Amino acid sequence: MTRTLNDVLRRCPVWMLWLGGMVPLALLTWDTLAGGLGIDPIREIEHRLGRTALYFLIASLAVTPLLRITGISLMRFRRALGLICFTYAGLHVLSWLSMDMGFLWGQMARDIVKRPYLLFGMLAFVMLTALAITSNNLSIRRMGALGWRRLHKLVYVAAPLVAMHWIWALKTFPVTPGFWLLVILALLGLRVAVPRPLRRAKPARV
Amino acid sequence: LQGKPSPYSTDADANTLEEITNYNNFYEFGTGKEDPARHAGQMTVDPWSVEIGGLVERPGNYGVEDLAPDNALEERIYRLRCVEAWSMVIPWIGVPLASVLNKVGVQPGAKYVAFQTALLPDQMPGVRYPILDWPYREGLRIDEAMHPLTILATGLYSDPLPNQNGAPIRLVVPWKYGFKSIKSIVKITLTSEQPVATWKSMQPGEYGFYANVNPEVDHPRWSQATERRIGAGLFGGRQETLMFNGYADQVASLYQGMDLTKNY
Repeated sequence: MTRTLNDVLRRCPVWMLWLGGMVPLALLTWDTLAGGLGIDPIREIEHRLGRTALYFLIASLAVTPLLRITGISLMRFRRALGLICFTYAGLHVLSWLSMDMGFLWGQMARDIVKRPYLLFGMLAFVMLTALAITSNNLSIRRMGALGWRRLHKLVYVAAPLVAMHWIWALKTFPVTPGFWLLVILALLGLRVAVPRPLRRAKPARV
Repeated sequence: LQGKPSPYSTDADANTLEEITNYNNFYEFGTGKEDPARHAGQMTVDPWSVEIGGLVERPGNYGVEDLAPDNALEERIYRLRCVEAWSMVIPWIGVPLASVLNKVGVQPGAKYVAFQTALLPDQMPGVRYPILDWPYREGLRIDEAMHPLTILATGLYSDPLPNQNGAPIRLVVPWKYGFKSIKSIVKITLTSEQPVATWKSMQPGEYGFYANVNPEVDHPRWSQATERRIGAGLFGGRQETLMFNGYADQVASLYQGMDLTKNY
């Protein structure tokens, strides 16, 4: 069962994931042009981009626990999941500084240092940028597998920061981002609880 | 509904009825901006009575028509500045709160006015969750309450106040952040002590009793220096927030000698 699924996944080209990953962006563009974003379209654009980035981040975090627990391998897609997440995170930041803040650089800079939710978000974005820039084979070769892996452990820090960025931005303690923070912590916890198998699993005897 | 024009109105362009009625903070109906428009229709606003008590000469239950009779209505086009750093311009119809307080007779010992929103669990899906300490409560100092800019609104454009905007009767204090302008009022109490204000009691470091619009005193989690005008378009940018939301000439004297960074 797992093997059949893995065979199917192996044949699935990565560009199909990219195609699927751009669907939320296409829908958002459509809604923007059609005026379907309600009274405050800026907030809606900003929030939808941010939420989509978070969902792809969580999907990329789920790859390893999924492999360890079920044997289903989405490893081939993990880089694309991360890069799609970064695409949405970048657009989210861009919408904030252009449409929301109107390029008021001084106020933005003051806000980032002063406000926890912006600080959390920006720190996470800087980390995600470092991960996105090094998400290619050349970087892995240059940095060495160990160094690269060490850098990419930053996602353990970035992911909870993203959830806290969402929670701290709201007025009351919100259920939805709180739920996603728990999911992130659970996914990170699973990596510790279910360690990487030391030996390759023996082929199942028939 | 028809209100006499007032010199207190701004000549800025008002937001559309659609914007004003589909972008609301009214947590009794949910925390989303669209939730009030979706759910507030369930609220019965007729009949309605406002219980006025405490340090007044004529306590009792008053109907909306008693407090805001048709022939006393005024149109007040006010700027509204939300603590979340967005703003609108809204053409309210209502009466000065002072006229209501004079009607019931304020006793000399009264220093504050306390307000309370209806708590109707059958009709308000939001109050089933302990997001806030229900019922929603707010308060004003007596001089703020008697100020001619302070009104009780019963209409919007030429319509009776839509439910999501706080029907049938709500407070509007245009120089304070929107959360002070309590909606769907069922109780007004004149007191000698500073009354409970819901947001202040929940998060005193973030929300003060006065909650005057002040670009120099930031909310701890976001700047209050600028605001985004709802309806300005995708690249409308931000505008500078004005001291007391632009009503400084009329109200700054109320706070003379007070440290506004402490009394925020």
